[in-house]
Amino acid sequence: MTMRPEQGTLISRAQAMAALLELLTDQPVVVCNGFPSREAQKIADRPTHFYMIGSMGNAPAIALGVALAKPNKQVVTFDGDGNVLMGMGTLATVGALKPKNFIHVVFDNEVYGTTGNQPTISNVVPLEKVAKAAGYVNTVRVLDRDDLVYEFQDLLKKDGPSMLLIKVNEFQEEAERILLDPPDLTKRFMNAIKG
Amino acid sequence: MMDSDVFVQSLQDLGVNFFTGVPDSILGGIIAELMNRRLYTPAVREDEAVGMAAGAYMAGKMPAVLMQNSGLGTSLNTLISLNVIYRQPCILIVSWRGQGGKDAPEHLVMGEVMPQFLDTMKIPHRTLTEKTAAEDFRWVADTFKKQQIPVALFITKGVVKGLHP
Repeated sequence: MTMRPEQGTLISRAQAMAALLELLTDQPVVVCNGFPSREAQKIADRPTHFYMIGSMGNAPAIALGVALAKPNKQVVTFDGDGNVLMGMGTLATVGALKPKNFIHVVFDNEVYGTTGNQPTISNVVPLEKVAKAAGYVNTVRVLDRDDLVYEFQDLLKKDGPSMLLIKVNEFQEEAERILLDPPDLTKRFMNAIKG
Repeated sequence: MMDSDVFVQSLQDLGVNFFTGVPDSILGGIIAELMNRRLYTPAVREDEAVGMAAGAYMAGKMPAVLMQNSGLGTSLNTLISLNVIYRQPCILIVSWRGQGGKDAPEHLVMGEVMPQFLDTMKIPHRTLTEKTAAEDFRWVADTFKKQQIPVALFITKGVVKGLHP
């Protein structure tokens, strides 16, 4: 495993997430387990966020269920490279079903950050290309904040399914565990996305 | 033997309105009927199906997931670290392969231990019979609503009509 040439110039996942959350309002957001959920809770805790604490690999499946049940709501999932690799079959399910209201954001730091930065294989497997081959309509890879804001704004206007893959560095924000009990998170999210 | 359309109608009458899963031969007739009614969203793995069902539940649906019992192994972590701890119910329609030791070798271990396996995970279950069907369906709906966790209905070979009777 070699170091990426651009590695030193990348933004952190928390910086990328903060930029995305500024562009989102009341869209349901399903956030994968581990630090992504903790960082999202710290940056902007909204009732429309569903924070996962387990079931790694299932974030896009949960978001897909929401998207199919609520075809008039744009549904976003915040995912990681290790998560996508674990549940890669879901790229095929999304690509085949083609929900227009589905936006898949992948923060790709090429490591299992929550467990101590063990390498994933996303340095050699371009996940947005896998998504494209599986049938996602729009797929974009970005490396910096300006591109990320521009491309996400564009995807919010387009019919999906879309994947925005953001190369981020390994920096992990100090962020506490998810505060609400899981059943309360379920209730809060259900109430927030009603109608 | 129960007709597939009666089975599907019974679930719809309970309020079930989101169906996903991974096929099994025992469930062939049920899935064909669900597809006829344009109610079925196919998944590629059982844990994905359970995840989709959880999302649909939170978006206001009453979900059911169809799977062979081998899929209980595949979806176990999702069932316990998503559905059980978050209180997200779904109805698991599980075909009982390997029941009584009469099946292909890959089905025999799960076929023998399945009820104890779900007991250990504290997932309530019941086996459908044609005679007790009305009561079985009522029990499934009541358990779904009261316990707010996955509830399994086992389908043994020959209870619901398959694709090749």
